[in-house]
Amino acid sequence: MALDNTDVEKIAHLARLQIKQPDIDEVTSRISNILTMIDQMQSIDTSAVTPMAHPFDATQRLRPDQVTETNQRDRLQQIAPATENGLYLVPKVIE
Amino acid sequence: MLSKTVAELSAALDRKDVSSVELTQAYLDRIEKLNPDLNAYITVCKEQALKQAADADKQRAAGNGTPFTGIPIAHKDIFCTRDVLTTCGSRMLHNFVSPYDASVVERLQQAGAVTLGKTNMDEFAMGSSNETSYYGPVRNPWDSSRVPGGSSGGSAAAVAADLCAIATGTDTGGSIRQPASFCGITGLKPTYGRVSRFGMIAFASSLDQAGPLSKSAEDAALMMNAIAGLDSRDSTSLDHPAEDFTAHLQQSLKGLRIGLPRDHFTADLNPAVQTILQDAIKVLESLGASVTEVDLPHNHLSVPAYYVVAPAEASANLSRYDGVRFGHRAENPANLEDLYKRSRSEGFGDEVKRRIMVGTYALSAGYYDAYYKKAQKIRRLIKQDFDEAFKSVDVILGPTSPHTAFKLGEKNADPVTMYLEDIYTIAVNLAGIPGMSLPAGMLQGLPIGMQLVGPAFSEARLLNVAHQFQLNTDWHQRRPEVK
Repeated sequence: MALDNTDVEKIAHLARLQIKQPDIDEVTSRISNILTMIDQMQSIDTSAVTPMAHPFDATQRLRPDQVTETNQRDRLQQIAPATENGLYLVPKVIE
Repeated sequence: MLSKTVAELSAALDRKDVSSVELTQAYLDRIEKLNPDLNAYITVCKEQALKQAADADKQRAAGNGTPFTGIPIAHKDIFCTRDVLTTCGSRMLHNFVSPYDASVVERLQQAGAVTLGKTNMDEFAMGSSNETSYYGPVRNPWDSSRVPGGSSGGSAAAVAADLCAIATGTDTGGSIRQPASFCGITGLKPTYGRVSRFGMIAFASSLDQAGPLSKSAEDAALMMNAIAGLDSRDSTSLDHPAEDFTAHLQQSLKGLRIGLPRDHFTADLNPAVQTILQDAIKVLESLGASVTEVDLPHNHLSVPAYYVVAPAEASANLSRYDGVRFGHRAENPANLEDLYKRSRSEGFGDEVKRRIMVGTYALSAGYYDAYYKKAQKIRRLIKQDFDEAFKSVDVILGPTSPHTAFKLGEKNADPVTMYLEDIYTIAVNLAGIPGMSLPAGMLQGLPIGMQLVGPAFSEARLLNVAHQFQLNTDWHQRRPEVK
Protein backbone atom coordinates (compact mmCIF):
# COMPACT_ATOMS: atom_id res chain seq x y z
CA MET A 1 0.00 0.00 0.00
CA ALA A 2 1.49 3.30 -1.07
CA LEU A 3 1.16 6.34 1.17
CA ASP A 4 1.51 9.98 0.23
CA ASN A 5 3.24 12.71 2.21
CA THR A 6 -0.03 13.86 3.78
CA ASP A 7 -0.72 10.36 5.12
CA VAL A 8 2.77 10.19 6.59
CA GLU A 9 2.44 13.60 8.23
CA LYS A 10 -0.84 12.48 9.78
CA ILE A 11 0.77 9.27 11.11
CA ALA A 12 3.73 11.26 12.44
CA HIS A 13 1.32 13.55 14.29
CA LEU A 14 -0.52 10.56 15.80
CA ALA A 15 2.86 9.24 17.00
CA ARG A 16 3.87 12.73 18.23
CA LEU A 17 6.81 12.89 15.86
CA GLN A 18 7.96 15.65 13.57
CA ILE A 19 9.39 15.09 10.13
CA LYS A 20 11.55 17.82 8.65
CA GLN A 21 10.24 18.98 5.27
CA PRO A 22 13.40 18.05 3.31
CA ASP A 23 13.10 14.47 4.64
CA ILE A 24 9.42 13.84 4.00
CA ASP A 25 9.73 12.30 0.51
CA GLU A 26 12.32 9.79 1.67
CA VAL A 27 10.37 8.88 4.81
CA THR A 28 7.23 8.35 2.75
CA SER A 29 9.03 6.19 0.21
CA ARG A 30 10.70 4.02 2.86
CA ILE A 31 7.50 3.49 4.84
CA SER A 32 5.67 2.67 1.61
CA ASN A 33 8.30 0.05 0.79
CA ILE A 34 7.85 -1.51 4.22
CA LEU A 35 4.06 -1.60 3.78
CA THR A 36 4.47 -3.21 0.35
CA MET A 37 6.57 -5.95 1.95
CA ILE A 38 3.97 -6.34 4.71
CA ASP A 39 1.23 -6.71 2.12
CA GLN A 40 2.59 -10.17 1.28
CA MET A 41 0.44 -11.20 4.24
CA GLN A 42 -2.63 -10.74 2.06
CA SER A 43 -1.45 -13.55 -0.25
CA ILE A 44 -3.13 -16.19 1.92
CA ASP A 45 -6.66 -16.61 3.15
CA THR A 46 -6.76 -16.62 6.95
CA SER A 47 -10.53 -16.26 7.47
CA ALA A 48 -10.71 -19.56 9.38
CA VAL A 49 -7.66 -18.90 11.59
CA THR A 50 -7.95 -17.65 15.18
CA PRO A 51 -5.56 -14.78 15.91
CA MET A 52 -2.71 -15.67 18.27
CA ALA A 53 -2.00 -13.01 20.89
CA HIS A 54 0.38 -15.11 22.96
CA PRO A 55 2.61 -18.02 21.90
CA PHE A 56 1.09 -20.33 24.50
CA ASP A 57 -2.36 -18.72 24.59
CA ALA A 58 -1.60 -17.90 28.21
CA THR A 59 -3.86 -15.59 30.13
CA GLN A 60 -2.82 -12.82 32.46
CA ARG A 61 -1.66 -14.06 35.86
CA LEU A 62 -3.48 -12.40 38.73
CA ARG A 63 -2.01 -11.47 42.11
CA PRO A 64 -3.67 -10.67 45.42
CA ASP A 65 -4.93 -7.09 45.55
CA GLN A 66 -2.38 -5.91 48.09
CA VAL A 67 -0.11 -2.89 48.21
CA THR A 68 3.42 -4.15 47.64
CA GLU A 69 5.17 -1.05 46.33
CA THR A 70 6.78 1.46 48.65
CA ASN A 71 6.71 5.19 47.92
CA GLN A 72 9.90 6.05 46.03
CA ARG A 73 8.76 9.32 44.53
CA ASP A 74 11.79 11.36 45.51
CA ARG A 75 14.21 8.77 44.20
CA LEU A 76 12.34 8.26 40.95
CA GLN A 77 12.01 12.00 40.34
CA GLN A 78 15.75 12.52 40.60
CA ILE A 79 16.03 11.55 36.94
CA ALA A 80 13.11 13.72 35.80
CA PRO A 81 13.96 16.72 33.62
CA ALA A 82 11.80 19.14 35.66
CA THR A 83 9.86 18.70 38.91
CA GLU A 84 8.49 20.92 41.66
CA ASN A 85 7.00 19.86 45.00
CA GLY A 86 6.86 16.25 43.83
CA LEU A 87 5.08 17.11 40.57
CA TYR A 88 6.37 16.77 37.00
CA LEU A 89 6.51 20.10 35.21
CA VAL A 90 5.19 20.54 31.67
CA PRO A 91 4.45 23.70 29.67
CA LYS A 92 1.25 25.47 30.63
CA VAL A 93 -1.78 23.59 29.24
CA ILE A 94 -4.62 25.95 30.30
CA GLU A 95 -4.13 29.71 29.99
CA MET B 1 43.24 -16.68 30.38
CA LEU B 2 40.73 -14.14 28.98
CA SER B 3 39.64 -16.47 26.18
CA LYS B 4 38.53 -19.15 28.63
CA THR B 5 34.93 -20.17 29.17
CA VAL B 6 32.94 -19.43 32.32
CA ALA B 7 33.26 -23.09 33.31
CA GLU B 8 37.06 -22.95 32.93
CA LEU B 9 37.40 -19.60 34.71
CA SER B 10 35.22 -20.81 37.54
CA ALA B 11 37.51 -23.79 38.03
CA ALA B 12 40.58 -21.53 37.88
CA LEU B 13 39.08 -19.25 40.54
CA ASP B 14 38.35 -22.28 42.71
CA ARG B 15 41.92 -23.50 42.38
CA LYS B 16 43.11 -19.95 43.18
CA ASP B 17 45.12 -19.90 39.94
CA VAL B 18 43.79 -16.38 39.62
CA SER B 19 41.63 -14.06 41.72
CA SER B 20 38.50 -12.33 40.47
CA VAL B 21 40.18 -8.97 41.07
CA GLU B 22 43.10 -9.97 38.83
CA LEU B 23 40.77 -11.37 36.21
CA THR B 24 38.53 -8.30 36.29
CA GLN B 25 41.52 -5.98 36.01
CA ALA B 26 42.83 -7.97 33.04
CA TYR B 27 39.48 -7.64 31.22
CA LEU B 28 39.32 -3.92 32.08
CA ASP B 29 42.83 -3.44 30.65
CA ARG B 30 41.86 -5.26 27.46
CA ILE B 31 38.67 -3.20 27.17
CA GLU B 32 40.69 0.00 27.59
CA LYS B 33 43.02 -1.12 24.82
CA LEU B 34 40.54 -2.52 22.29
CA ASN B 35 37.22 -0.81 22.91
CA PRO B 36 38.14 2.51 21.26
CA ASP B 37 38.23 0.62 17.94
CA LEU B 38 35.58 -2.06 18.52
CA ASN B 39 33.06 0.22 20.29
CA ALA B 40 31.50 -2.83 21.95
CA TYR B 41 30.90 -1.08 25.27
CA ILE B 42 28.92 2.11 25.81
CA THR B 43 29.70 2.23 29.54
CA VAL B 44 32.50 0.55 31.48
CA CYS B 45 31.90 0.16 35.24
CA LYS B 46 35.52 0.03 36.40
CA GLU B 47 35.25 0.87 40.10
CA GLN B 48 32.04 -1.03 40.67
CA ALA B 49 33.48 -4.09 38.89
CA LEU B 50 36.64 -4.15 41.01
CA LYS B 51 34.57 -3.81 44.18
CA GLN B 52 32.27 -6.66 43.09
CA ALA B 53 35.34 -8.73 42.25
CA ALA B 54 36.85 -8.18 45.72
CA ASP B 55 33.54 -9.24 47.29
CA ALA B 56 33.40 -12.28 45.03
CA ASP B 57 36.91 -13.35 46.04
CA LYS B 58 35.79 -13.30 49.68
CA GLN B 59 32.67 -15.31 48.86
CA ARG B 60 34.67 -17.98 47.03
CA ALA B 61 37.25 -18.12 49.83
CA ALA B 62 34.41 -18.65 52.31
CA GLY B 63 33.11 -21.51 50.19
CA ASN B 64 29.94 -19.64 49.14
CA GLY B 65 30.63 -19.60 45.42
CA THR B 66 28.30 -20.32 42.50
CA PRO B 67 29.72 -20.95 39.00
CA PHE B 68 29.37 -17.17 38.42
CA THR B 69 31.06 -15.92 41.57
CA GLY B 70 33.75 -13.55 40.39
CA ILE B 71 33.12 -14.09 36.66
CA PRO B 72 33.39 -10.82 34.69
CA ILE B 73 30.35 -10.39 32.46
CA ALA B 74 28.74 -7.68 30.33
CA HIS B 75 25.10 -6.63 30.00
CA LYS B 76 23.46 -5.40 26.85
CA ASP B 77 22.56 -1.77 27.46
CA ILE B 78 18.87 -2.67 27.25
CA PHE B 79 18.96 -4.04 30.81
CA CYS B 80 18.37 -1.51 33.56
CA THR B 81 21.29 -1.38 35.98
CA ARG B 82 20.83 0.54 39.21
CA ASP B 83 22.87 3.76 39.41
CA VAL B 84 24.50 2.98 36.05
CA LEU B 85 23.75 4.71 32.74
CA THR B 86 21.28 2.64 30.67
CA THR B 87 20.92 4.07 27.15
CA CYS B 88 19.31 1.31 25.07
CA GLY B 89 21.54 2.63 22.26
CA SER B 90 19.42 5.77 22.04
CA ARG B 91 19.92 9.50 22.43
CA MET B 92 16.51 9.40 24.15
CA LEU B 93 18.14 7.74 27.16
CA HIS B 94 21.56 9.44 27.00
CA ASN B 95 21.01 10.66 30.56
CA PHE B 96 19.01 7.74 32.00
CA VAL B 97 20.67 6.44 35.17
CA SER B 98 18.36 3.62 36.12
CA PRO B 99 16.85 3.70 39.61
CA TYR B 100 16.54 -0.11 39.67
CA ASP B 101 18.05 -3.36 38.38
CA ALA B 102 16.49 -5.65 35.76
CA SER B 103 15.68 -9.12 37.12
CA VAL B 104 18.34 -10.65 34.86
CA VAL B 105 20.94 -8.23 36.25
CA GLU B 106 19.80 -8.83 39.82
CA ARG B 107 19.93 -12.62 39.45
CA LEU B 108 23.42 -12.62 37.95
CA GLN B 109 24.58 -10.25 40.67
CA GLN B 110 23.13 -12.55 43.31
CA ALA B 111 25.04 -15.40 41.66
CA GLY B 112 28.20 -13.35 42.24
CA ALA B 113 28.94 -12.15 38.70
CA VAL B 114 31.05 -9.03 38.19
CA THR B 115 29.53 -6.45 35.81
CA LEU B 116 32.26 -5.01 33.57
CA GLY B 117 29.91 -2.71 31.72
CA LYS B 118 27.04 -2.14 29.31
CA THR B 119 27.31 -3.15 25.68
CA ASN B 120 26.43 -1.26 22.53
CA MET B 121 23.33 -2.21 20.56
CA ASP B 122 21.01 -1.10 17.80
CA GLU B 123 18.78 1.69 19.09
CA PHE B 124 15.97 0.15 21.17
CA ALA B 125 17.11 -3.22 19.69
CA MET B 126 15.77 -2.22 16.26
CA GLY B 127 18.35 -3.37 13.75
CA SER B 128 20.39 -6.29 12.46
CA SER B 129 23.81 -4.66 12.16
CA ASN B 130 24.32 -2.45 15.23
CA GLU B 131 24.45 0.54 12.88
CA THR B 132 21.35 2.24 14.32
CA SER B 133 23.07 2.88 17.67
CA TYR B 134 23.30 6.55 18.65
CA TYR B 135 26.72 5.67 20.09
CA GLY B 136 28.19 4.58 16.76
CA PRO B 137 28.47 1.17 15.13
CA VAL B 138 30.28 -1.78 16.69
CA ARG B 139 33.07 -3.31 14.60
CA ASN B 140 33.21 -7.03 14.01
CA PRO B 141 36.33 -8.37 15.79
CA TRP B 142 37.01 -10.70 12.82
CA ASP B 143 37.12 -7.82 10.33
CA SER B 144 36.73 -4.22 11.44
CA SER B 145 35.18 -3.21 8.10
CA ARG B 146 32.23 -5.51 8.86
CA VAL B 147 29.23 -5.35 11.19
CA PRO B 148 28.95 -7.64 14.23
CA GLY B 149 25.26 -8.22 13.55
CA GLY B 150 22.49 -6.88 15.70
CA SER B 151 20.84 -5.90 17.75
CA SER B 152 23.03 -7.47 20.49
CA GLY B 153 26.14 -6.60 18.45
CA GLY B 154 28.14 -5.12 21.33
CA SER B 155 27.60 -8.20 23.50
CA ALA B 156 28.56 -10.55 20.65
CA ALA B 157 31.69 -8.56 19.75
CA ALA B 158 32.70 -8.31 23.43
CA VAL B 159 32.45 -12.09 23.90
CA ALA B 160 34.26 -12.84 20.62
CA ALA B 161 37.08 -10.36 21.33
CA ASP B 162 37.53 -11.60 24.92
CA LEU B 163 36.36 -8.31 26.42
CA CYS B 164 34.21 -10.34 28.85
CA ALA B 165 33.66 -13.99 29.72
CA ILE B 166 29.99 -14.04 28.75
CA ALA B 167 27.28 -11.46 28.05
CA THR B 168 23.55 -11.00 28.17
CA GLY B 169 21.52 -10.13 25.12
CA THR B 170 17.92 -9.91 23.98
CA ASP B 171 16.26 -11.43 20.94
CA THR B 172 13.02 -10.09 19.44
CA GLY B 173 13.57 -11.30 15.86
CA GLY B 174 17.08 -12.79 15.90
CA SER B 175 19.04 -10.24 17.93
CA ILE B 176 20.98 -12.85 19.94
CA ARG B 177 21.35 -15.52 17.25
CA GLN B 178 22.40 -13.44 14.24
CA PRO B 179 25.22 -11.53 16.00
CA ALA B 180 26.34 -14.83 17.57
CA SER B 181 26.59 -16.23 14.03
CA PHE B 182 28.48 -13.18 12.69
CA CYS B 183 30.94 -13.14 15.61
CA GLY B 184 31.57 -16.89 15.89
CA ILE B 185 30.05 -17.46 19.33
CA THR B 186 27.12 -19.31 20.91
CA GLY B 187 23.79 -17.59 21.55
CA LEU B 188 20.50 -18.84 22.96
CA LYS B 189 17.05 -17.31 22.72
CA PRO B 190 14.95 -19.12 25.33
CA THR B 191 11.26 -19.96 25.19
CA TYR B 192 9.12 -16.81 25.48
CA GLY B 193 8.42 -16.15 29.16
CA ARG B 194 11.22 -18.32 30.50
CA VAL B 195 13.46 -15.38 31.44
CA SER B 196 11.98 -12.32 33.13
CA ARG B 197 11.51 -9.17 31.07
CA PHE B 198 11.35 -6.98 34.18
CA GLY B 199 13.77 -4.09 33.74
CA MET B 200 14.53 -5.06 30.16
CA ILE B 201 13.59 -2.01 28.12
CA ALA B 202 10.56 -3.05 26.07
CA PHE B 203 10.60 -3.23 22.26
CA ALA B 204 7.90 -5.77 21.25
CA SER B 205 6.52 -7.26 24.44
CA SER B 206 5.02 -10.44 22.93
CA LEU B 207 8.36 -11.34 21.29
CA ASP B 208 11.19 -9.97 23.49
CA GLN B 209 13.24 -12.55 25.33
CA ALA B 210 16.61 -12.35 27.12
CA GLY B 211 19.37 -14.93 26.82
CA PRO B 212 23.11 -15.60 26.88
CA LEU B 213 25.86 -14.87 24.34
CA SER B 214 28.71 -17.17 25.30
CA LYS B 215 31.88 -18.99 24.28
CA SER B 216 30.29 -22.41 24.61
CA ALA B 217 26.96 -24.19 24.97
CA GLU B 218 27.98 -25.24 28.47
CA ASP B 219 28.38 -21.56 29.45
CA ALA B 220 24.98 -20.75 27.97
CA ALA B 221 23.51 -23.52 30.14
CA LEU B 222 25.23 -22.09 33.23
CA MET B 223 23.79 -18.64 32.53
CA MET B 224 20.32 -20.08 31.96
CA ASN B 225 20.54 -21.69 35.41
CA ALA B 226 21.18 -18.24 36.86
CA ILE B 227 18.57 -16.20 34.97
CA ALA B 228 15.60 -18.45 34.11
CA GLY B 229 12.50 -18.85 36.25
CA LEU B 230 9.26 -17.26 37.37
CA ASP B 231 9.35 -13.58 38.30
CA SER B 232 6.28 -12.00 39.88
CA ARG B 233 7.34 -8.62 38.46
CA ASP B 234 6.84 -9.78 34.85
CA SER B 235 3.21 -10.69 34.19
CA THR B 236 4.19 -12.82 31.17
CA SER B 237 6.85 -14.76 33.07
CA LEU B 238 5.97 -18.45 32.95
CA ASP B 239 5.54 -20.66 35.99
CA HIS B 240 7.50 -23.60 34.60
CA PRO B 241 9.34 -26.05 36.87
CA ALA B 242 12.97 -25.05 37.47
CA GLU B 243 15.53 -27.24 35.80
CA ASP B 244 19.28 -27.67 35.67
CA PHE B 245 20.17 -26.73 32.09
CA THR B 246 23.54 -28.47 32.40
CA ALA B 247 22.00 -31.79 33.46
CA HIS B 248 21.67 -33.23 29.94
CA LEU B 249 24.79 -31.80 28.31
CA GLN B 250 26.58 -35.15 28.34
CA GLN B 251 23.63 -37.13 26.97
CA SER B 252 24.32 -39.15 23.81
CA LEU B 253 22.77 -37.96 20.55
CA LYS B 254 21.88 -41.52 19.60
CA GLY B 255 18.32 -41.52 18.29
CA LEU B 256 18.16 -37.70 17.93
CA ARG B 257 15.87 -36.79 15.04
CA ILE B 258 16.96 -33.65 13.17
CA GLY B 259 14.67 -31.88 10.73
CA LEU B 260 16.01 -29.78 7.86
CA PRO B 261 13.49 -27.19 6.65
CA ARG B 262 13.16 -27.60 2.88
CA ASP B 263 12.49 -23.87 2.39
CA HIS B 264 15.72 -22.88 4.20
CA PHE B 265 17.99 -24.88 1.90
CA THR B 266 17.18 -23.14 -1.36
CA ALA B 267 19.01 -21.00 -3.91
CA ASP B 268 18.60 -17.97 -1.60
CA LEU B 269 21.11 -19.49 0.79
CA ASN B 270 24.80 -18.96 -0.01
CA PRO B 271 26.04 -22.34 -1.41
CA ALA B 272 29.19 -22.19 0.73
CA VAL B 273 27.00 -21.84 3.82
CA GLN B 274 25.02 -24.89 2.65
CA THR B 275 28.26 -26.88 2.41
CA ILE B 276 29.27 -25.82 5.94
CA LEU B 277 25.87 -26.90 7.26
CA GLN B 278 26.10 -30.24 5.45
CA ASP B 279 29.46 -30.86 7.13
CA ALA B 280 27.97 -29.99 10.52
CA ILE B 281 25.09 -32.37 9.87
CA LYS B 282 27.60 -35.15 9.09
CA VAL B 283 29.20 -34.59 12.50
CA LEU B 284 25.83 -34.92 14.22
CA GLU B 285 25.00 -38.02 12.15
CA SER B 286 28.29 -39.59 13.21
CA LEU B 287 27.15 -39.06 16.82
CA GLY B 288 23.98 -41.05 16.20
CA ALA B 289 21.50 -38.46 14.94
CA SER B 290 19.23 -39.09 11.96
CA VAL B 291 18.14 -36.45 9.48
CA THR B 292 14.87 -35.89 7.61
CA GLU B 293 13.35 -32.97 5.75
CA VAL B 294 10.53 -30.92 7.23
CA ASP B 295 8.25 -28.23 5.85
CA LEU B 296 7.63 -24.81 7.34
CA PRO B 297 5.22 -23.64 4.63
CA HIS B 298 4.44 -20.23 6.17
CA ASN B 299 8.02 -19.20 6.98
CA HIS B 300 8.10 -16.77 4.04
CA LEU B 301 5.30 -14.81 5.75
CA SER B 302 7.24 -14.47 9.01
CA VAL B 303 9.05 -11.26 8.03
CA PRO B 304 5.85 -9.46 6.88
CA ALA B 305 3.92 -10.58 10.00
CA TYR B 306 6.81 -9.60 12.26
CA TYR B 307 6.97 -6.11 10.73
CA VAL B 308 3.40 -5.56 11.82
CA VAL B 309 3.51 -7.16 15.29
CA ALA B 310 6.88 -5.73 16.35
CA PRO B 311 6.34 -2.11 15.19
CA ALA B 312 2.75 -2.10 16.52
CA GLU B 313 3.91 -3.16 19.97
CA ALA B 314 6.92 -0.84 19.76
CA SER B 315 4.74 2.15 18.91
CA ALA B 316 2.77 1.52 22.11
CA ASN B 317 5.83 0.76 24.27
CA LEU B 318 7.80 3.77 23.07
CA SER B 319 4.93 6.18 23.75
CA ARG B 320 6.32 6.44 27.29
CA TYR B 321 9.20 8.60 26.05
CA ASP B 322 7.58 12.00 26.29
CA GLY B 323 10.25 14.29 27.74
CA VAL B 324 8.35 14.55 31.03
CA ARG B 325 9.40 11.85 33.46
CA PHE B 326 12.87 10.76 32.33
CA GLY B 327 15.11 10.74 29.30
CA HIS B 328 15.66 13.43 26.69
CA ARG B 329 13.63 16.65 26.90
CA ALA B 330 13.65 19.32 24.21
CA GLU B 331 14.77 22.83 25.21
CA ASN B 332 12.25 25.65 25.62
CA PRO B 333 9.06 23.88 24.50
CA ALA B 334 6.35 26.26 23.24
CA ASN B 335 3.54 24.05 24.52
CA LEU B 336 2.86 20.46 25.57
CA GLU B 337 2.55 19.12 22.03
CA ASP B 338 5.80 20.82 21.05
CA LEU B 339 7.46 19.23 24.10
CA TYR B 340 6.31 15.77 23.05
CA LYS B 341 7.09 16.14 19.38
CA ARG B 342 10.49 17.73 19.66
CA SER B 343 11.66 15.54 22.57
CA ARG B 344 10.71 12.43 20.61
CA SER B 345 12.01 13.63 17.25
CA GLU B 346 15.36 14.69 18.74
CA GLY B 347 15.63 11.62 20.97
CA PHE B 348 14.83 8.86 18.46
CA GLY B 349 16.87 7.89 15.41
CA ASP B 350 15.47 7.33 11.92
CA GLU B 351 14.88 3.57 12.17
CA VAL B 352 13.06 3.85 15.49
CA LYS B 353 10.86 6.66 14.14
CA ARG B 354 10.07 4.58 11.04
CA ARG B 355 8.99 1.60 13.10
CA ILE B 356 6.91 3.75 15.44
CA MET B 357 5.14 5.19 12.39
CA VAL B 358 4.58 1.78 10.76
CA GLY B 359 3.14 0.54 14.06
CA THR B 360 1.01 3.63 14.56
CA TYR B 361 -0.38 3.20 11.06
CA ALA B 362 -1.07 -0.53 11.55
CA LEU B 363 -2.98 0.18 14.76
CA SER B 364 -4.85 3.25 13.52
CA ALA B 365 -8.63 3.23 13.14
CA GLY B 366 -9.82 1.11 10.23
CA TYR B 367 -6.55 -0.77 9.67
CA TYR B 368 -6.45 -3.05 12.72
CA ASP B 369 -8.03 -6.08 11.01
CA ALA B 370 -5.96 -5.78 7.86
CA TYR B 371 -2.68 -5.51 9.72
CA TYR B 372 -2.41 -6.49 13.38
CA LYS B 373 -5.16 -9.11 13.39
CA LYS B 374 -3.97 -10.56 10.08
CA ALA B 375 -0.43 -10.77 11.46
CA GLN B 376 -1.69 -12.55 14.58
CA LYS B 377 -3.44 -15.09 12.37
CA ILE B 378 -0.26 -15.71 10.40
CA ARG B 379 1.52 -16.03 13.71
CA ARG B 380 -0.72 -18.95 14.57
CA LEU B 381 -0.06 -20.60 11.18
CA ILE B 382 3.68 -20.27 11.77
CA LYS B 383 3.30 -21.79 15.24
CA GLN B 384 1.26 -24.65 13.77
CA ASP B 385 3.99 -25.32 11.18
CA PHE B 386 6.46 -25.85 14.01
CA ASP B 387 4.00 -27.98 16.04
CA GLU B 388 3.52 -30.20 12.99
CA ALA B 389 7.27 -30.49 12.31
CA PHE B 390 8.01 -31.38 15.94
CA LYS B 391 5.69 -34.38 15.67
CA SER B 392 8.40 -36.12 13.64
CA VAL B 393 11.67 -34.45 14.71
CA ASP B 394 13.27 -33.33 17.99
CA VAL B 395 15.16 -30.32 16.68
CA ILE B 396 15.20 -28.30 13.47
CA LEU B 397 18.60 -27.39 12.06
CA GLY B 398 19.29 -24.68 9.51
CA PRO B 399 21.23 -21.50 8.84
CA THR B 400 21.10 -18.62 11.32
CA SER B 401 21.80 -16.05 8.63
CA PRO B 402 21.95 -16.28 4.81
CA HIS B 403 25.67 -15.31 4.81
CA THR B 404 28.63 -14.17 6.91
CA ALA B 405 28.96 -10.68 8.40
CA PHE B 406 28.41 -7.96 5.80
CA LYS B 407 30.25 -4.64 5.41
CA LEU B 408 29.32 -1.56 7.37
CA GLY B 409 26.90 0.48 5.26
CA GLU B 410 26.27 -2.36 2.80
CA LYS B 411 22.60 -2.88 3.64
CA ASN B 412 21.53 0.61 4.64
CA ALA B 413 20.05 1.75 1.33
CA ASP B 414 16.60 0.34 2.07
CA PRO B 415 15.17 -0.85 5.39
CA VAL B 416 13.45 -3.86 3.78
CA THR B 417 16.84 -5.25 2.63
CA MET B 418 17.99 -5.20 6.26
CA TYR B 419 14.71 -6.74 7.47
CA LEU B 420 15.18 -9.76 5.19
CA GLU B 421 18.45 -10.53 7.00
CA ASP B 422 16.33 -12.15 9.70
CA ILE B 423 14.44 -14.53 7.41
CA TYR B 424 15.60 -17.67 9.30
CA THR B 425 15.28 -16.36 12.84
CA ILE B 426 12.04 -14.35 13.04
CA ALA B 427 9.57 -17.26 12.88
CA VAL B 428 11.06 -18.64 16.10
CA ASN B 429 10.11 -15.47 17.98
CA LEU B 430 6.61 -15.41 16.50
CA ALA B 431 6.13 -19.02 17.67
CA GLY B 432 7.63 -18.28 21.10
CA ILE B 433 9.93 -21.31 20.94
CA PRO B 434 13.65 -21.55 21.79
CA GLY B 435 16.40 -21.22 19.22
CA MET B 436 20.15 -21.04 19.35
CA SER B 437 23.07 -20.29 17.08
CA LEU B 438 26.46 -21.95 17.38
CA PRO B 439 29.60 -21.71 15.28
CA ALA B 440 29.51 -24.28 12.46
CA GLY B 441 32.40 -23.25 10.24
CA MET B 442 34.46 -20.50 8.67
CA LEU B 443 34.05 -18.88 5.29
CA GLN B 444 36.83 -16.64 3.94
CA GLY B 445 38.05 -15.91 7.44
CA LEU B 446 34.61 -15.18 8.84
CA PRO B 447 32.54 -17.36 11.17
CA ILE B 448 29.15 -18.75 10.23
CA GLY B 449 26.57 -20.11 12.62
CA MET B 450 23.98 -22.84 12.45
CA GLN B 451 20.63 -22.51 14.09
CA LEU B 452 18.98 -25.17 16.25
CA VAL B 453 15.30 -24.76 17.04
CA GLY B 454 13.21 -26.90 19.38
CA PRO B 455 9.72 -27.05 20.85
CA ALA B 456 8.79 -24.88 23.84
CA PHE B 457 10.94 -25.59 26.93
CA SER B 458 13.45 -27.71 24.99
CA GLU B 459 16.44 -25.45 25.85
CA ALA B 460 18.20 -28.28 27.70
CA ARG B 461 17.91 -30.52 24.62
CA LEU B 462 19.23 -27.80 22.29
CA LEU B 463 22.14 -27.18 24.66
CA ASN B 464 22.81 -30.93 24.75
CA VAL B 465 23.01 -31.10 20.95
CA ALA B 466 25.20 -27.98 20.82
CA HIS B 467 27.52 -29.25 23.57
CA GLN B 468 27.99 -32.62 21.89
CA PHE B 469 28.71 -30.84 18.61
CA GLN B 470 31.27 -28.63 20.39
CA LEU B 471 32.95 -31.65 21.98
CA ASN B 472 33.57 -32.97 18.47
CA THR B 473 34.45 -29.73 16.63
CA ASP B 474 36.57 -26.71 17.46
CA TRP B 475 34.75 -23.94 15.57
CA HIS B 476 33.59 -22.39 18.86
CA GLN B 477 37.21 -22.15 20.03
CA ARG B 478 38.37 -20.08 17.05
CA ARG B 479 39.16 -16.52 18.11
CA PRO B 480 39.78 -13.44 15.99
CA GLU B 481 43.17 -11.77 16.21
CA VAL B 482 42.19 -8.36 17.47
CA LYS B 483 44.89 -5.70 17.32
